[in-house]
Amino acid sequence: MIRSFLLVASLLALAPAAFAQTVAITGGKIVTNTAQGVIENGTVVMRDGKIVSVGTGAPPSGATVIEATGKWITPGLFAAFSRVGLSELDSENPTNDTSAPGSEFQASLRAADGFNPDDTAIAVTRIEGFTRAAIVGEPGQGLLGGYGALVDMSGSFDSIFARDVVMIARLGEAGAEAAGGSRPAAWQWLLSAINDAKAYPRSYITGHKEGDALVRQDAMAFGPVVTGRVPLLIEVHKASDILQVLTLRQREPQIKIILLGATEGWRVADQIAAAEVPVIVNPLQNLPDRFEVLAATLENAGRLQRAGVTVAIADPNEATHNTRFLLQLAGNAVANGMTWDGAFKAISSVPAALYGQPDLGVLRQGAIADVVIWNGDPLELMNSPDAVYIAGVSMPMESRQTKLRDRYLDLSEPLPQAYERQ
Amino acid sequence: MQVWKLIPLVALLAGACATTPAETTSDTGQASDPAKPLPMRVAYNPDPYPSTYKPLPPDDVLIRNATVYDGLGGEIKGGAVLIQGGKITAIGSEASMILPAGIRTIDGTGRFVTPGIIDIHSHLGAYPSPGLEAHQDGNEVSGAVTAEVWVEHSIWPHDPGFTRAMAGGITAMQILPGSANLFGGRGVIIKNVPGRTAQDMKFPGAPYTLKMACGENPKRVYGYGGGRFPGGAPFSRMGNVAGYRDAWQRATEYKRKWDKYNADFDAWEKKTKSPAEKTGDDKGPGDPPNAPDRDLELDTLMGVLNGEILVQQHCYRADEMAQIIDLSHEFGYKVSAFHHGVEAYKIADLLAKEGICGALWADWWGFKAEAYDGIRENIPMVHNAAGGCAIVHSDDANGIQRLNQEAAKALGDGARAGINIPKAVAWTWLSRNPAKALGILDKTGTLEPGKAADVVIWSGDPFSVYTRADLVFVDGAITWDRSDPSRRPVVDFELGQPGEGDVK
Repeated sequence: MIRSFLLVASLLALAPAAFAQTVAITGGKIVTNTAQGVIENGTVVMRDGKIVSVGTGAPPSGATVIEATGKWITPGLFAAFSRVGLSELDSENPTNDTSAPGSEFQASLRAADGFNPDDTAIAVTRIEGFTRAAIVGEPGQGLLGGYGALVDMSGSFDSIFARDVVMIARLGEAGAEAAGGSRPAAWQWLLSAINDAKAYPRSYITGHKEGDALVRQDAMAFGPVVTGRVPLLIEVHKASDILQVLTLRQREPQIKIILLGATEGWRVADQIAAAEVPVIVNPLQNLPDRFEVLAATLENAGRLQRAGVTVAIADPNEATHNTRFLLQLAGNAVANGMTWDGAFKAISSVPAALYGQPDLGVLRQGAIADVVIWNGDPLELMNSPDAVYIAGVSMPMESRQTKLRDRYLDLSEPLPQAYERQ
Repeated sequence: MQVWKLIPLVALLAGACATTPAETTSDTGQASDPAKPLPMRVAYNPDPYPSTYKPLPPDDVLIRNATVYDGLGGEIKGGAVLIQGGKITAIGSEASMILPAGIRTIDGTGRFVTPGIIDIHSHLGAYPSPGLEAHQDGNEVSGAVTAEVWVEHSIWPHDPGFTRAMAGGITAMQILPGSANLFGGRGVIIKNVPGRTAQDMKFPGAPYTLKMACGENPKRVYGYGGGRFPGGAPFSRMGNVAGYRDAWQRATEYKRKWDKYNADFDAWEKKTKSPAEKTGDDKGPGDPPNAPDRDLELDTLMGVLNGEILVQQHCYRADEMAQIIDLSHEFGYKVSAFHHGVEAYKIADLLAKEGICGALWADWWGFKAEAYDGIRENIPMVHNAAGGCAIVHSDDANGIQRLNQEAAKALGDGARAGINIPKAVAWTWLSRNPAKALGILDKTGTLEPGKAADVVIWSGDPFSVYTRADLVFVDGAITWDRSDPSRRPVVDFELGQPGEGDVK
């Protein structure tokens, strides 16, 4: 207790000076996520929000030295799929901006427009080692859910650092229902939406007020996806549905596809790999809880990795408040056949690369200084971060949850708990 | 159903043919006129859907040289556990054991042995996979008080979730109705073994339980019906409490009627056995008393008031748990465990004082207002109160597969807050404490000689994310073997489907 308070206090004291100073974290086991691999007893040096060096050398003179002997030092975690900052309470609609079932707009919705940097889940997520996340909405009444954005976990008003980085779509059972009742209807709708975007603005000016699938704003918004500038994240699970999606690679080769879910992906892993389509999977999905996931297995992530598929790890069902669960998901992926290196990258450097951010999720010279110091293997359940840096700035290791904890740790205090704010 | 215990078996057999099948009555055995048998006491069979569970053929083994958590808080390094005839027969050092010749041995080097995990909160079978519309059998939403329903009548034994839970070291669980209602109905305790029927899985000798629910769910499901089905009360938290009180009051009066009937019958019986000439009473025994009408809803509630049915109370907020505790005092029953208890840490002292366990998640929060104040240290803080009883529960077909991992998170979080609990002690959250709150601690939950051999052999430290259950024993029989496909059950639903189970 006392020790952790002192640590927080010392980190807070450092924060204002972070940009002026050189900080060296030394003595720890460094996971670089680069060709350097893992460096034992290494030193990470950062200055002005960037990584200056990663290696085994001594800290430069004049640097503020953070002793990390016995600790693990990793890049900040990057959630490939999250809704943190979009919902304070999932069941209370006024606080929940993840989805708009009552809106006629689909592709033109932007998760960034609903992002709240004061959302309590942000600090809760940050103190578990997450420094960045892709935030993505949920399709409402249609097949498309709009654009996702990239945010950092600083909680500052300028947390959004990239907009319109991915478009979410759903097929499979949910897509079929949204399209009117069948997979053929969903597929026809998607092809029509692609045609609408291609025909925009021409057909929307001459005669037609609306497209076959998309209203004017959505047709305009879908354009960058259809031209391949922004990837299309398609939620799909069943092996045959995955193969259907892969036919888009021939039909519309310019469209960049990422599969979300891919629960039966292991059955068509070679085809996914050959199509060079990355996947975002939940490695714990092993229940046949729908007919589209009858072949669910804990070994899915590992088998996809071995087939050469690029694998990121996320769980869209725990995206608002429990992005932090991704550590446990990655650990379980390792227990079920994925390599540790692959599983850790699946929650750090792989998502960063998916969204065009090569300077995140890695520790190398010139990268953004998102760094986490852990008290052990980060995937182990009993371990946790001692310190989190976002772009070189040390973050307070507290949240509304830690404040509640501290308020109620001692129930014998004379004044009611409401007087205690630490 | 206290009356049941008073009835000798022979009387049951005699009465069975004289009454409707559900109703069993007792013969006084004192009929003076063989042509006109005396009326019999009205009593109802408390176990009309009895367990047909049979253990699998026993696998007698000696597990040697393992790290053993005994479930009582103790750890034995290089320890041994002897399983014979379905029971634990010895635990400790192998040298101190009398070993039968030729007993099969399992090398525990690098492995851990623990009691099987008991999940006190599951809906498997009642909300099975796949989650079809046709499978929504966990909430009888037709009324706010449905104490008359029994969740065992919803259990589909072919839910693949049972086998997934097996792979996670679950040897027993409580299946509960959902939390839509104030009184959701009876829960049932089962062994996690494959069966053709729900009865094949029922834990022999385990008590029945009653699901009750606080807070948002009942008032949302009923009051927020907006005039449509189901609608009506309760509309608010005060409506919830009024609904509980109304039902308990009716149960109190029902119990009074039955208690009076039984007392009157006792008195009448006494009179029939003591002829008037001896007692000086020339009126004779007269007519026997009339039994009250049976009410299936109140039968269950009376079972609680008689101390035979254990209350499992879904409740998130600390202030509501305190209200429920007063409610239980008002009507004279005991809450066995608060389930979910996201704010249990705020009243850890009160729960400990009342002897009520907190069946909790490690870290769920934020999905609704009453879950807003969830913290990661809830379990260790409830444990840490003097006399505190913490349980790790799932309420989830995924979570039940990894309750040991949930305990590990809670343990690590506690340590972060300065609450240092040995791993062997934390294992009490997974087996002993749930067994206690379910009334089956005399049968399972710890590794003690004479108890059922419900045992898991883990590939390593069960608090590590990389560890998996290698072997699972229920009543001394291997129900799950990670290395042997012939001991990995596949339920009917998955047979002939892609993969046939998780391990494909």
